[in-house]
Amino acid sequence: MKQLLAILVDGSVYASWLFIISAGLTLIYGVMRILNMSHGSFYALGAYSGAAMVGWYFSTGSVPWFSFVALIAAALVAGISVGLLVERGLLRFMYGRDEVVMILVTYGVLLIMEDAIKLIWGVEPYFAYQPYTLLGRTKFAGLSFANYDFMLIGVSILIGLALWYGLNRTRNGKLLRVVIHDREIASALGINVARIFTITFLIGAGIGSLAGALTAPGLSVVPGMGIEVIVLAFAVVVIGGLGSITGALVGALIVGMSRAAAVHLYPDVELFVIYAVMGLVLAFRPQGLFAVANARKI
Amino acid sequence: MKTRSLALLFVFGLVVIAGGLLLPQWMSYLFTIAMGKGLVVLGLVLLMRAGLVSFGQGLYYCVGAYVAGMLTQFVGVTDILVIMLASVAVSVAIAAIIGLLLCRYREIFFAMFSMAFSMILYGLLVRNQFLGSTDGFNVANPSLLGWTPGAEASSDLVLIVAVFLVIVLGAVAWRYLKSLSGYAGEAVRENEIRLEYLGGSVFRVVYVKYIIAAGLAAIGGTITALVSGHVDPEMAYWTTSGEFVFIALMGGTAHVAAPIVAAVLFEALRTYAFAVSPYTWQMILGFALLAIILFMPSGLWSLVERFQNKKARKTS
Repeated sequence: MKQLLAILVDGSVYASWLFIISAGLTLIYGVMRILNMSHGSFYALGAYSGAAMVGWYFSTGSVPWFSFVALIAAALVAGISVGLLVERGLLRFMYGRDEVVMILVTYGVLLIMEDAIKLIWGVEPYFAYQPYTLLGRTKFAGLSFANYDFMLIGVSILIGLALWYGLNRTRNGKLLRVVIHDREIASALGINVARIFTITFLIGAGIGSLAGALTAPGLSVVPGMGIEVIVLAFAVVVIGGLGSITGALVGALIVGMSRAAAVHLYPDVELFVIYAVMGLVLAFRPQGLFAVANARKI
Repeated sequence: MKTRSLALLFVFGLVVIAGGLLLPQWMSYLFTIAMGKGLVVLGLVLLMRAGLVSFGQGLYYCVGAYVAGMLTQFVGVTDILVIMLASVAVSVAIAAIIGLLLCRYREIFFAMFSMAFSMILYGLLVRNQFLGSTDGFNVANPSLLGWTPGAEASSDLVLIVAVFLVIVLGAVAWRYLKSLSGYAGEAVRENEIRLEYLGGSVFRVVYVKYIIAAGLAAIGGTITALVSGHVDPEMAYWTTSGEFVFIALMGGTAHVAAPIVAAVLFEALRTYAFAVSPYTWQMILGFALLAIILFMPSGLWSLVERFQNKKARKTS
């Protein structure tokens, strides 16, 4: 019983973490048809800038509670400005290329960003544990949980709701869905597709960095963290169906729960189980659980 | 292929082997590694000509290397020919099963799904204490038909075998691309439905290519394992597969020699970049990749073709 509770809580925390990362990835793919390999680097960028900012903030001795604001603001500023640079400086010259070519382009961006991060912050690990410990822990049914993790779940629900509301209930969201549905007709109707692309990429990059910043207090920020994360995010969005926010949510829950179960019950298969689930889903539903099937090209 | 070009190729091979043996140790080591990677990328190029980009060739590269390592270390088999055959056999067997599932997919689904399979292997290997977990394990020196060259000369043996295999398999691949099944690959890329109407089986074409690519990747992995004397799970990680795609893109898919040349250039570029700036070598590679995609979309081999087109073309 205790173990089940631990699995459920760990699974939801892990799933909400995965959802925040994957939401940006799947949004960018849905609108721009770019499977953004460099998404992991935005995650790392957010983690580094957030951790560095928190470290600096506490050294000034200001009110501890505002460190959350500093953490998130630093990550968003870094993520959005670098995102703007990547989209305006590189990606916009590549639109219309093959999807596989776009994977390679963003792979190039990933290689560049990984080293740029090392150049700026060095190779030593960063710690930003203060916000994590600030929230304390909760004892529940004989188990101890960090409150920070519960906050993570709350934030991911907020992000999910904001995305849902933005896409389904606002004018810009409706324009965005038109572009997702048919890019050519959308531009023929007078929608500024280029601007929607830029905004989408910025939102995606921002959410990616935000995910990094929110993760930073819970662990040490080290080089290469983005490269590890990106394949997990791929697994999540592929299970849910590329381009679907609901899919990312369900994918994150499936991956999060199965990983938590594996960690508690049989730790040796921790990584294996994620990709095994992905293989299983793809074997039966090649487009993922929630994607709309594409008509076959002739 | 005419007898004359075969003879030329043979002489060329001898020259490369002689050159490789005369190079300083570290350079001939890199050259052998490049030969191994070149073979992996050759397989990838066969798939790419059919319009399929695999982000999971690391799977078979790693399987080949681990089979080689386990045979030398735990079974005591060191004959390089037996090891090669065993690696290829295991890889082809795995590819024959996975291929049944994988060859139904196209484009990014093929890419992502193949990546997932190589990550499954990675996940299994890093948790396997017996196989050294993330550290991997050492591979014993190979022998050839009862001849044991010893620690010093064994890398020379691997070099000779690697160059020999590159030449033979390159020639076979060249011939294959001129065959019906080889041309069918391009037909798959251009228009699958037409190929079906002409009576071809798209699935079979893709399946055969996938298995060939797996066999080539296993040979490449075996060469790498034997020359470096070490294997680790990193060989199945997605960044290794990404590197293969990088090399394939760098060379282009126009000719079977392109991936081999590109692999040599890639190793040289990486070594140079690493020596110049240990902290930013990935960044240099990233800029190189972007430059190739932007300015030379059909790879470095397009330079050779441009040169050939300038000369009056003989029809032979």
